[in-house]
Formats: sequence, C-alpha cells, structure tokens
Amino acid sequence: MLLLSIDWIFIIEKVALILVIILASFGIAAYATWGERKVAAIMQDRIGPARAGIFGLLQPLADGGKLFFKEEIVPDRSTKTLFILGPALFMITALMTSAVIPWGPDFTISTDSGIRTVSLQVADINIGILYIFGVVSLGIYGVMLGGWSSNNKFSLLSAIRAASQSISYELAMGLSLIAVLMLTGSLSLRDIVSQQHGFWQDGYFSWNFFKQPVAFLVFLVCTFAELNRAPFDMPECESELNMGYHQEYSSMKLGLYLFAEYINMFISSAVLSTVFFGGYNFPWMDQVASAVPSGLFSLICVSVLMIKVIGFILFFMFIRWTLPRFRYDQLLNLGWKGLIPLALLNLVITGGVILFFFNK
Amino acid sequence: MQLTKRAVNVDRSPMTLGEKIYLPAIAKGLKITMGHIFKKKATVSYPEQTRPFSPVFRGLHVLNRDEQGREKCTACGLCALACPAEAITMEAAERKKGEEHLYREEKYAARYEINMLRCIFCGYCEEACPKDAVYLSETIMPSNYSRDYFIYKKEDLLITEEQMKKRAATGKG
Ligand code: SF4
Ligand code: SF4
Repeated sequence: MLLLSIDWIFIIEKVALILVIILASFGIAAYATWGERKVAAIMQDRIGPARAGIFGLLQPLADGGKLFFKEEIVPDRSTKTLFILGPALFMITALMTSAVIPWGPDFTISTDSGIRTVSLQVADINIGILYIFGVVSLGIYGVMLGGWSSNNKFSLLSAIRAASQSISYELAMGLSLIAVLMLTGSLSLRDIVSQQHGFWQDGYFSWNFFKQPVAFLVFLVCTFAELNRAPFDMPECESELNMGYHQEYSSMKLGLYLFAEYINMFISSAVLSTVFFGGYNFPWMDQVASAVPSGLFSLICVSVLMIKVIGFILFFMFIRWTLPRFRYDQLLNLGWKGLIPLALLNLVITGGVILFFFNK
Repeated sequence: MQLTKRAVNVDRSPMTLGEKIYLPAIAKGLKITMGHIFKKKATVSYPEQTRPFSPVFRGLHVLNRDEQGREKCTACGLCALACPAEAITMEAAERKKGEEHLYREEKYAARYEINMLRCIFCGYCEEACPKDAVYLSETIMPSNYSRDYFIYKKEDLLITEEQMKKRAATGKG
C-alpha cells in the first residue's frame, strides 16, 4: 500500500544509504588518523602506534575514548552559543558534502512488484558541483565562529587566516573547475562520472585528468589549501599561533574539529576522484559488467572508488610529512598570482580548443 | 671581517621559474621521503627489546657483600658526602659480638636509603666508596605510581645484580 503515494521503500533506501555513508566516513576518518601516524612514522624510520591492538589498530578507539573522558572547558569570556555551534557546524558541513557524490552505478533488484533500481547516490541534483562548493564555503563558518567566539587573540588571528586562505583558493578552485565543466557540459556529478566511462574512449583516455591536467593540478593545490593541510596549514601553525582556531577547545569539541578535518579529507579525495579520476569507472569495466551480476558489479565499482580515495588520502599524508609549511605571504602570492592566472589561462585555452576543433 | 673560512654566501638571487612553480622541488622531497618507506626502522620496542648497555652505563645501585656474604659497607658516609643530589641517607650502628658473620667492619649501616627520584646516576658514590661497597649496576629504573617505591631501602639494595635486574623487569619490590 502506498501511503499518500509516498514511496516508503525509496525513503528507507536513502536513509540506509545516508547512514552507511556517514558511518563509513567516520570509520575512514578514524582510520585516517591511524594511517597518518603510521605514514609519519614510516617516513621518519619509526614504526608508529603498535601497542593498542595488533599494529595499533585500536588506536583510534583509544584516542576517541580519551577525548570523550576529557574535561569539557568553555572559556568564561567566550560567546557560549557560538562556541558550541562552531565545531558542530564544521562537522555537519563536512558530512553534508558526501550527499551528491555517486558512490557507484545503479544496480537492480527484482522484487515481487517489479524490478527496482537502487541508486548509490543520496541525491542526484543537477548542480552537484555547485552544491559542493556551497557547502565547502559554509565549512569555513565553523572555523570562523570557533575562532571568533573563543575570545582568544590567537584563535581569532587563525580564524581570519583560515577565512582569507579559503576565499583566495576557492576562486582558483572554481576557475579550474570551469574548464572541466566546459568539457562535460553538466554540473551534475553523475553526468560527469558517466562521461568518464571506462578508461579509453574514442581514441583517448576518458578520465578528465588526461583531458585537463592543468585544471587537476590547480584543483589539487587548492584542495590542500581548503583542507588546511600541510603545506598550507596556516590556521593551525603551532609555531606562530599556538594551536590555531581550536586553541580554547577541549574534549570532544576539539575532537569534532580534528575529526571533521579527516572527514573533509575523505570527501575531498572522493570529489577529486569523481571529477578527475573517473569516479567509480575503471578500465575494462564493460567486460566486467557483462560477466557479473549487477549487485556485485556495483560493489566492485564502489571498491574501485574507495581505492582511488585511499590513494588520494595517502598522497595527502605523504605531502604533509614531506613539505615544510609555506609562509603566509607566499601562500597568498601563490593563490592570487600563481593559481588564478594559471586557471584563467587554462580556461581560455580550453575554450579556444573547444571552439576551433570540436565545434560541430 | 671573516672569522672562519667556512662562511657561505647566501644566494639571494630571485627564484628561477623552475623554483617558482615548486613542483620539481616537491617531487624531489617526495622521492626522499618515499625512500624512507623501505629503510630499516630505528625503533626499539623497549620492554620486549633492549639495546646493549655501554660498558660505563650507570643504573640502579647495588650494595656489595664480600666473599663470605658479609656486608661491605662501613657507614663511613663518604658516598652521602660525595653525592651532589643528596640522595643517600644512612644511620650507622656498632657491630655486636656474634654479628661478625653479617658485617665485615665494626661499624655498619643500620639504615641505608637511596632516593632514586633525587639521584642523578652520576656514579660519584661508587667512586667515593673506600670499601667498594656500592656500585651502579646495568639496570634501568622501573616506573611506578607511588613515590615511596623509589626510596630504595637496604633490603632493596643488598642484592645481587641479577636479582636487581629481575626486580626491575617485573617492576616489583
Ligand atoms: S649516583 Fe650520584 S646522585 Fe646517585 S646516589 Fe650516587 S652520588 Fe648520589
Ligand atoms: S657505601 Fe661505601 S662510602 Fe657509602 S657509607 Fe658505605 S662504605 Fe662508606
């Protein structure tokens, strides 16, 4: 029976998908903290966490438990509502971005009422990329509110830094993406992914990375800046600003900030893989698709995407433990005088090439 | 004025294009850090693995007995005097008749305590001792939650080096 003609199964489906994605984000973020320590250790010829569980695999649980049992301190002179809102907002925006990412192709299950197509994307909105940009820009409010309401000069300075850094780099990021959008002609992430079908199409690589390497480079650098990760971790550079915008935070509020950063990293990796590295597409996927049932094929696609995502996460970590931090003026110089002109140039060239060679 | 011949002039010429785009330098850096993935790890997982001690290692103190099992210490107080951290406390007592099998000298330490939290393991007490009664063994001090644990009494010190090591390993005492 359809109640008020609402498709209840559809809602259950989506709720289940959202739950799975959020839990997976938490799980991956938790193990990213473990991975980060292991990567750091390996690059410094150490072995890293090894005591909690085998290979220290229980370390994230221990860390989380520790944060939960820490004393919760809200500074006396802080603006309490905003102080509490800050980490919450940061976390919510970090989780919201995942809504438009297609995690895998649709698969079908036959029920008694016919064949049902299940989509592995929470919402296929036709402005998916714009949505991501919007939510990512909202994320900076979490940092700003946290830094501002702490009533601490270091926190405020660092929040201002974070805001100006993210504004500068969002410009270049958007410009670099426009070049990609000119090729795809669509803002929907689902379309972008399906256009990168397989690996080789019409005599050329189908992934956007091979069509727009410059845009990828600019986007990647901007992602580092947006994520506040080394070498652009200005907002929390310990040597100048003590701890940065979360200086006054303790217990799980601090935990949320740190954790949301890892979730951001996970989602950004997913966006990077989706937009430039073909999302869940992989070479010879058509042959695989005809050989296995559609459910299994979706599973394979999801794992392919996950492998790409983990690859990017590892890359972020390698970079962090390799490069020293940029100076703040260098950072802004690179953003305004380096990346924005480069993205613009790329835009003009792409436009020209499309106009003269592919204008049918 | 140049004091040494080792001074190097800083190259302040503007960055070339290759340096300005940072990418070659980043690739170089990544090559170095990636190379470390395959290097041998320097970590020693301490309680399970231990590093060999150097021959002059100074660890927990042990009070000696002579060949007949008598305490060598005569409570002269030179070790306490030499100690820069004032970690050693002792009380002397006179040897009674019939105690010759316990103490080698006529005077002995009835109480002998070393506060290991004060001790800096300099080894001056060992050097000061005229009777070769105290020496520093190759034992690292175990950790503990109580402060009292770190005040080593006579019964904690008058043991062999092997016993001392065993106690340190099990953390008891
Ligand atoms: S080792 Fe040094 S500090 Fe320790 S008890 Fe002997 S003299 Fe004092
Ligand atoms: S340990 Fe040596 S120096 Fe110290 S009181 Fe005894 S005999 Fe004297």
